[in-house]
Parts: sequence; structure tokens; C-alpha cells
Amino acid sequence: MGIFDIYLLEAVINGFLLGGVLALLSLGLNLIFGVIDVVWICYAELIMLGMYGMYFLYTVYRVPIGLAAALCIVLVGVLGLVLHVLVIAPLLGAAPINQLLATGGVLFFLQSAATVLFGIEFKNLGLRLPVLKVAGMFVSYSRLLAFGAALIAMVLVYLLLTRTYTGTAIRAIAQDRQIMPLMGVDSRRIYLITSGLGGALAGLAACLLVLQYDVHPFVGLTFGPITFLICVLGSLGNFAGGFVAAFVFAEIISVGGLYLDLEWGYVFAFAFFIVMMFIRPEGLMARRS
Amino acid sequence: MTLYLPWVGAAALLALPFVYHQPYPLHILIIILIWSFAYTSWSLMGRFGLVSLGHGGFMGVGAYVTALAWNYGHVSPWIGVPFAVVAAAALAAVVAYPCFRFRITGHYFALVTLALSGIVLQVITATRDYTGGSLGYTPERYRGGGSSLWALQFSDKTTWYLIALAVWAGGLYVWSRVDRSMLRYALEAISEDEDAAAATGVHVTAEKLKITVLSATMTALAGALYCQYQMFISPDTVSGISVSLQMVFAVVVGGIYVSLGPTIGAVITILLAEVLRIGFGTRAVGWDNIVYGVLLVLFIIFLPKGIVGSLTDLRRRAGWTSS
Repeated sequence: MGIFDIYLLEAVINGFLLGGVLALLSLGLNLIFGVIDVVWICYAELIMLGMYGMYFLYTVYRVPIGLAAALCIVLVGVLGLVLHVLVIAPLLGAAPINQLLATGGVLFFLQSAATVLFGIEFKNLGLRLPVLKVAGMFVSYSRLLAFGAALIAMVLVYLLLTRTYTGTAIRAIAQDRQIMPLMGVDSRRIYLITSGLGGALAGLAACLLVLQYDVHPFVGLTFGPITFLICVLGSLGNFAGGFVAAFVFAEIISVGGLYLDLEWGYVFAFAFFIVMMFIRPEGLMARRS
Repeated sequence: MTLYLPWVGAAALLALPFVYHQPYPLHILIIILIWSFAYTSWSLMGRFGLVSLGHGGFMGVGAYVTALAWNYGHVSPWIGVPFAVVAAAALAAVVAYPCFRFRITGHYFALVTLALSGIVLQVITATRDYTGGSLGYTPERYRGGGSSLWALQFSDKTTWYLIALAVWAGGLYVWSRVDRSMLRYALEAISEDEDAAAATGVHVTAEKLKITVLSATMTALAGALYCQYQMFISPDTVSGISVSLQMVFAVVVGGIYVSLGPTIGAVITILLAEVLRIGFGTRAVGWDNIVYGVLLVLFIIFLPKGIVGSLTDLRRRAGWTSS
């Protein structure tokens, strides 16, 4: 019984750390949805490109890892801007579902462009981070790092949104898209900043994920869906909700994966999601309107 | 003259395999017909703003249940296919009913159905001891190959062509029946404004549920048919998110509001993939999807009604100005 418990505790701790990463993933998507009211279906593909960016910068061009990470964040941020200007901006007035489908087209494009450019081999940084052994349990160091970085990023985004003028403008736009332009806020500029910021968060997630996972063109499909589900479960656009949902999901995956295969962890998480949609269709932490 | 055109077309399509039986073009035609049927099924609900990304899941259920019933239970596809179709319909009802009951619409609905196709994909992968996981799955040949009506396995392509043609025509028939029914008006009203529709006496949940179950049923049939024809299924080809997106893409390109739109979409996408594959061989891996992706974005921005829809509009406009 004692051994059993320690495995469970290990799964719970690792789930908690995974939750940090998932929370970071959902943060960027939530930000974009909350402000621009668009779901980037291709969000995970931006992360995939970021992971390739890290791979090439660090492994192929031998850029120091800190600089590589910084470059990578900027790079994916710029990609977010480009995505907004090329695809989202022309569709701002269109039906929401068209915007979602257009980013689905971008998903196709990015996936296959990566296949063509980089091939379908799995690539990794060739960097082995140690596994910490705490009280008989194994905790992945890279997950711990990811968790820490995710927390810091979330605090920074929170401070940006609440303590700066731009952040206030972003939150105001998120609350009322029509009125704010009349108040002298340039909504186009705010959208651009948000897209860039969302992209940069995807870039940060990429830097952290590439430490734990191999990168290949379809890696986005591994965490793309789960990211959307987290955002929906936590009410799209609600940061706190996304945060809580990320940890709930991560625990289900981790503990479910302990008893059965990892895939079953995902199956449970998806099933939990659908059940939750029935119980609380407006999301875990919806504001009552 | 235009009245006879569909009949002439139908006769030509029926006669085709008897005068021309090159296996490869026939194979492409069969594939196009099967996918056209699947895309038509999707567009049944897609045209009313019910964008489902779960149809990959329904297709996967249709294909895998049929194949598993055959391999493990030795159940003939004549029983296995209806069973698979009912299973998919039940799945659709179980997921869709609460969605509609609790007013989950727009991209929330798209994301819930996305979860559904995610579940089906993961279940197939997780039960790899039975389904072969991501390596794919093959229904057993009936007594070492050959044709058998009992096993629904045919070695000649002509039979398959006729089956696929019949099913596809059936899909178009259902589409036009829906197009002329009260259901269509109800669903159009719902897609404009649910509350207003409900206020005028439309049973919003029931009407949406009807079309969803119908659409899922047909999609599962397409999956079962694909499985029986190809004799090989894998989670990537009949299930999951990419299949769902592929459906959306083909329908949007062809035209979501016209009966032949999904078919044209299937013709374009499959021919494009084949031309690239033949023209460039293995170097073309991925290029077809690059073109799809760019086209999808361009179509949604510039031609949201798709090719057929826009052509029909053009013709109608020309007609008005001349009369």
C-alpha cells in the first residue's frame, strides 16, 4: 500500500507540473480569444514552429540556449502578428466560425510546410535534463523548469494587463469592442499587440516543451486539442478559469495515465470535458450574466 | 434542356464502368464518390452554421465498428454496418443533445465536437491491442480473397463503383429532401436567431438534433464503406481532427450551400492530391496540404460561398441583368 501511494503522489505532483505547462498554453489562446474574439485553431502549430526554431538555433546553429529561447519567443511573436495581419484582420467582420475555419487552413498550411521543410523525422535538442529524486519519487527537472517559467510568465502577463496603460486598454477592449474605439483607443493597434503577445507566449511554451518532447510536424495535434478544451472548460477568455481547468485536466491525464495507458488519461480528460459541458456549459468559472 | 441534364449525367455515370475500366481512374472515382458522400453528409448540418469538427469521430466509429465486428464476431457487414451506423448516431445524440439543450453554439459547439473526434482517435490508439492503434487495421479477407456478397468484399472495381455511385446519389437525394423540407426552414431560422426561432414555435433542440443524427449516420456509413472498399483503415485516414478539418475544407471550397458543392470539393481536393503525387512522387509529400491550407484561407476570405455557390450566383446575376 505504501508503494502504491508514493506512485499516486508522484503522478499527482507530475500532473501538477504538467498543469503549469498547460496553463501557459491556454494563457496565450485565452488572451487572443478574450481580446480579439477569435479562436486560433493553429495555435499549437505556432508552438510547433517555435520548437523547430529552438531545435535549429540550439542544435544546428549552436546559439546559446538562453539567446535561442529569446530569439524563438520573438520569432513566434512576429508569426502571431503576421497571422493576424494576413488572415484574421480581413475576417474581423465575418462570422466567427469562418475565422475559426480560416485558422484551420493555416493549421494545414503550417503542418505541411513543416513536413516539406523539415521532414517528418522526430528531432530533439539532444539535451538531457536530470530527473530529480525527492523522497523516493521521480520529478522531471524540465517539467519543474517549465512550471516555474509558466508561473513567472503568467504573473508578468497579469502585471502587464493590470499595471500598464496598454494592459488596461487591452482589458477594456475585451470588455467592449464597440465603445473603446470611441474612447480614443486604437483597436487595430491593441489587436496587433495582443496577437504579438499571444504569439510570444506560444514561443515561450515552445521553448519549454522542446525540453521534454521531440518535435515533428504533427506535434501540434498532441497538445492543440487539449489546449482548446482547457480554454473552453475555463470559459474562453477567462484567465483564472483557464488556469484552474489546466490543473484539473493535467491531474486527470496524469493520474488516469498512472492506472492505464497515457492515451486513456487523455480519453478520461476528453470525456470529463464533455460531461462538464453538460453540467456547466458556460465553463467552470463563468461570470453570471 | 437543363431538365434532362441530370438524367443524362446519371446515365453517363452509370454506363461509365462498362465502357471504360482502367483500374486506376476507376479507383480514383470510387474514392471521390465515397468522400463526396461523407462531405455531403457534413454539409447537411454545416450549411446551417452547425460546424462540427467531430465528423472524423463518426467516420472512425463507422469504419472501426464494422471492421471489428467482422474480425472478432464474424458478423457480416450487412449487420455490422447498420450496427456501426446506429452506434455513431447514438454517439452523436449523446454528445449533441446536451450541446443543443444548453445552447452551446458557434465555436463552442465546434470545440466540443473537436473533443469528440479527439476521444475517438485516442480510444482507437489506446485500444491498440484490438484496433492496431496508429498502425492501422485490416478487415480479414473472406476465405482468402475473392468476392463475396456476404462479406461485402468485391475484387472488381466496377461493383464498388456502382455501390459508391448509389450511395453518393442517395446522399444527394437526402440533401435535396432536407433542402425542400420544413426542417430546412426551421434550421435556417435557428441559425439566424435561436431565441426568435423558438418564439415562433420552432423546437430548437429537436430540429438541430434531427439534422445532427442524420448527418452523423451518413458519415458513419461513409466510413464503413471506405473501410470495406480500402480494406485498410488507420486513425489518420478515417478519424481524428485532420479528417474533420479535411471535410470542412472540401465543403468550403466546393460550396456549402449547394447540393453539388461537397462533390466538387471532393473532386478538386482528391485530384489535386493525386496530380501532385503522380507529378512529383515522394517529393510532393505535404505539398497538397500546403495548397489546401492556402486555398482554404483564400476561399474563406474571398469566396465564402465556394466555387459552385459563387458560379451559381454569377449565373443568377447574369440572368437578372439580361431579362
